[in-house]
Amino acid sequence: MILDGAMGTMLQEYKFSEEDFRGERFADWPVSLKGNNDLLSITQPEAIAEIHRKYFKAGADIVETNTFSSTTIAMADYKMEELVHELNYESARIAKKVAQELTEENPDNPRFVAGAMGPTNKTASMSPDVNDPGFRAISFVELQEAYKQQAKALIEGGVDVLLVETVFDTLNAKAALFAIDELKEELNTDIPVMVSGTITDASGRTLSGQTAEAFLISISHVPLLSIGFNCALGAKQLTPHLEAVARNTEFGVSAYPNAGLPNAFGEYDQDASEMAAQIKEYLEKGLVNILGGCCGTTPKHISAIAEIAKDYEPRPIKKNPELQSA
Amino acid sequence: MSQIRPLKLSGLEPLVITPESNFVNVGERTNVAGSRKFLRLIKEEKFDEALDIAREQVEGGAQIIDINMDDGLIDGKEAMVKFLNLVVAEPDIARVPIMIDSSKWEIIEAGLQVVQGKCVVNSISLKEGEEEFIEHAKKIRRYGAAVIVMAFDEVGQADNYERRIEIAKRSYDILTKKVNFPPEDIIFDLNIFPVGTGMDEHRRNAIDFIEGTRWVKENLPYCSVSGGVSNVSFSFRGNNPVREAMHSVFLYHAIKAGMNMGIVNPSMLEVYDEIPKDLLEHVEDVIFDRRDDATERLLAFAENVVGKKKQNKVDLSWRENPLQDRITHALVKGIDTYIVEDVEEARQRSDRPLDVIEGPLMIGMNVVGDLFGSGKMFLPQVVKSARVMKKAVAYLLPYIEADKSNVRQSAGKVLMATVKGDVHDIGKNIVAVVLGCNNYEIIDLGVMVPPEKIIETAKKENVDAIGLSGLITPSLDEMVYLAKEMERQEFSVPLLIGGATTSKAHTAVKIDPQYKHAVAHVNDASRAVTVVGDLLKESTREKYKSDLKLEYDKFRENFKKRSKVKSFLSIEEARKNKYQIDWESTSIVKPEKLGIQVIEDFDLKKLENYLDWSPFFRSWDLHGRYPDILKDEKVGEQAQSLFNDAQVLLKKTLNEKLLKAKAVYGLFPANSINDDDIEISYQDNSEEKQAIFRTLRQQLKKHGGKPNFALSDFVAPKESGIQDYMGCFCVTTGFGTEELAAKFEKDHDDYNSIMIKALADRLAEAFAEYLHKEVRTEKWGYAADENLSNEELIKESYKGIRPAPGYPACPDHLEKLTIWDVLKVEEKIGVKLTESLAMWPAASVSGYYFANPESRYFGVGKIKEDQVKDFAERKGISLEKAEKWLNPNIAD
Repeated sequence: MILDGAMGTMLQEYKFSEEDFRGERFADWPVSLKGNNDLLSITQPEAIAEIHRKYFKAGADIVETNTFSSTTIAMADYKMEELVHELNYESARIAKKVAQELTEENPDNPRFVAGAMGPTNKTASMSPDVNDPGFRAISFVELQEAYKQQAKALIEGGVDVLLVETVFDTLNAKAALFAIDELKEELNTDIPVMVSGTITDASGRTLSGQTAEAFLISISHVPLLSIGFNCALGAKQLTPHLEAVARNTEFGVSAYPNAGLPNAFGEYDQDASEMAAQIKEYLEKGLVNILGGCCGTTPKHISAIAEIAKDYEPRPIKKNPELQSA
Repeated sequence: MSQIRPLKLSGLEPLVITPESNFVNVGERTNVAGSRKFLRLIKEEKFDEALDIAREQVEGGAQIIDINMDDGLIDGKEAMVKFLNLVVAEPDIARVPIMIDSSKWEIIEAGLQVVQGKCVVNSISLKEGEEEFIEHAKKIRRYGAAVIVMAFDEVGQADNYERRIEIAKRSYDILTKKVNFPPEDIIFDLNIFPVGTGMDEHRRNAIDFIEGTRWVKENLPYCSVSGGVSNVSFSFRGNNPVREAMHSVFLYHAIKAGMNMGIVNPSMLEVYDEIPKDLLEHVEDVIFDRRDDATERLLAFAENVVGKKKQNKVDLSWRENPLQDRITHALVKGIDTYIVEDVEEARQRSDRPLDVIEGPLMIGMNVVGDLFGSGKMFLPQVVKSARVMKKAVAYLLPYIEADKSNVRQSAGKVLMATVKGDVHDIGKNIVAVVLGCNNYEIIDLGVMVPPEKIIETAKKENVDAIGLSGLITPSLDEMVYLAKEMERQEFSVPLLIGGATTSKAHTAVKIDPQYKHAVAHVNDASRAVTVVGDLLKESTREKYKSDLKLEYDKFRENFKKRSKVKSFLSIEEARKNKYQIDWESTSIVKPEKLGIQVIEDFDLKKLENYLDWSPFFRSWDLHGRYPDILKDEKVGEQAQSLFNDAQVLLKKTLNEKLLKAKAVYGLFPANSINDDDIEISYQDNSEEKQAIFRTLRQQLKKHGGKPNFALSDFVAPKESGIQDYMGCFCVTTGFGTEELAAKFEKDHDDYNSIMIKALADRLAEAFAEYLHKEVRTEKWGYAADENLSNEELIKESYKGIRPAPGYPACPDHLEKLTIWDVLKVEEKIGVKLTESLAMWPAASVSGYYFANPESRYFGVGKIKEDQVKDFAERKGISLEKAEKWLNPNIAD
């Protein structure tokens, strides 16, 4: 399966101004809204739909909703906590509509929508204050409630799968999974869940200090469609961590790295063919089931990845890999 | 086909327990019910010490730590959350999984909400009925934890074989069928009860547990069995040899039956094979209930078992001494284990908390100061003493602040700073620590401090002295500038100058005349205390200052006389006397691969053999050559101890990859042009470009036909028509140093904070050495067959050189800009240049490669104004700029 690429990178090309972000509806909003990409689902829905369409056309089977920061926690910066339901619901609807259009065009190639649930801008197991390591800016319960609200709106908007992504603090992800598990019971649904963590440096740890395998163990209590990594590193640097996960899980494995490492200006400049060439290694080693792109990737990257991936079988999913005895 | 479903837990790292795994030891010293000390610490809210207990357990081999806060006198929920939040902030503790232990569900749930890893809940049971059991199990599942199930139900605790298996089976079925709990995440605690109590109903306690375990492991797939072992010997309290034997025997058989984890105190365990035969027989009789009189026989036998005291490795006899002796001992020896305990005792005895600092602690530090002053203690030890002192003061601070009645009398306030553009702070930190130990209040502004900030802080804080430090030559001008500013703004406090680039000469000639008050060059940390003392004490102040002024005055006189004697050549004459290489016959090797290469994520372990330790000891004021210094009569012992500590930190750094090493280097076609410049060509975005390195030439008049060197002499001139080559590079091992140092400082551990920086510097040098070797033997390959030992490398007996801009052969720092430009150093590996052209991170090395067998290191020495002018023109910069950067080299 192929996942889409970066939303932010594509939105940059539109060079939206403060006024574009605000639209008519938020013309008088008390704080600056430029940079609130998730809001564009309400104020510039055509642009969002267009980007989804481009990714589908480039070969993506799944697109992510434009909801990375659509929680009460992350929206507090914009004083938009009240809009969280609408943001998620609208984003899901836009993506779903495009997915349906393309599925109708070619029923042999059904397209799906993943409800993106970002990490928020607070961490539940680390203190933001170096002088007070016992302090926490956010609690598990607060995260759980925020995620529950987000997940509910995404499901109502029609997403096919939930994607808890860019996990830098496993405890945040556990709160999201806790919320989703509660919701599944309450709504009596069995919507699939994907989790994607992020390894922030070459030491191979998440920001909250876990190794890839410890991260995997910490979230494996929930049945997942897939687990994997995105962001932070380029495709090449991600390989050993994908191997650590692929070896030890019965779930599918996903990877959507950045377009290389940022250059001196913080830009990602790895081109599509270069990235695809690195991703080929995953395929040759049979490490992944789902592939896509994160920061700096564009439809070109996705198209190049899809092109390469079609020649390979996905990673075989077996029960208890390497743990079976004769 | 049978499956294996291991119990997988996680802290920061995974713990996977398979049937093949060894017995998993759960640490239980962080349990208020099991450890009186831990209970006291929690009650008194001494969380730091409580953390030490957790850390000791992990270091001692506990693979899981059990945390329990169930005590009537503490708020268990609050204590659990607070302690866990602190635990997860300590990577050396949090690497193992946590067992959240409580009989109260609200405490368990609060604990589950703050730990990211997969925990174990200890425990749930059917005691309150099925409904609650299911509810809790479901929640635990949702939080993603494993669970210990006690053999307890509505009727009571299982105390025989049948009840154990009955409750275990029922619990297992409910969990796996109704809750869908993964069986591998279930751990049974089948109740270990004492034997040998004299009561008949207790006789089968051990054997029933063992048999129950066997049944559970055979009939309830994938689950684990755990228990607290020391219970079994409860009735033999006071007779440790017997208890230790009982634990071993019990554990030996329980593990065979399938018990795979539990709480065992390793110091209360005899090696099974070493239990004397007769004791073993008596113990086994009791454990297996083999005779009716087993207990009586063991009791009788036990009286004969004389408790052999186990040899304690650490000599703790000093703990018996009076309080002041203990505090002094801790300070002198740098032992911080008991200092808070002792300081607390002292505080309770004192009227005011401040008295503890001014009394017992200062008495101890004075002993340290005397020993240091008389050369019986060395710098690393003093820094360790400071660590103890800092801990003690940190402990007392809240009490002192609460006690507003008094203000602490410090010996004086000293502002310390590494000047603008410079990033090196090892020496400054050492001086700060040493002064801090001697009751000076230190305001450390850190590195790259702009002069305005130094002046402003000095005024605001009303400091008694200002200390400036720097390692690179442009810092010298910063210091001169600051001296001028202090004069202009009518300061009167002493100015202290230190750092590797500073000298008595520079201080006397350039700085001292700018400031009419005291200026002192202090390049030796051990002198800092006396100098500052003399400068601040009212009784000595004036005399010391006028002595200093006089000394520098004299020095200046002599200096001027000396420089007059030297005679110089004009730059044209010097060029005529350049070093001549016979380009027709000399060996020029074309590099194997031209162009720019980047090395990322270099494995630092490869550098271990390239480390040059002598400068490391020097940075701690221990002088001598490694390895001889370790056997030195005077400093050998201390050098060895420092070396050991360095090895520990080095190992940790290497194993845990705490520092990152990166490098970029390039090898280029090159020719010298116009005598003193070297032109190279390189590719930039597949476009051929030229860059020119400007070199400086010796101008001092030489005798006996010796040439006036410039680096350009080692590269074939363009007009010779011979294609030659050169290279340049930058390596760093500094990424990560700041974070580590900050972490140590947070723990009041200046010793390791300084250590990590000193080590990073050494690693960077080693990396430069390593890369140079790679270049010589492979990348360039002009010395493919060289085979040099580390000592020979340090002695620089290799062919070719790697001089660094800012150092004697090429004192001009500006050349770094060209290197940065050509190699794109900052983009490629992130090393930046400050405004004074110091490299950041500090543990970085950059330079050129020259391969010619005749190339050698030399010092440019003083140059004359004509070369400065010529240099400015060649480089296309203003004369002022050239003068500014070459200032330390310009002859007066």
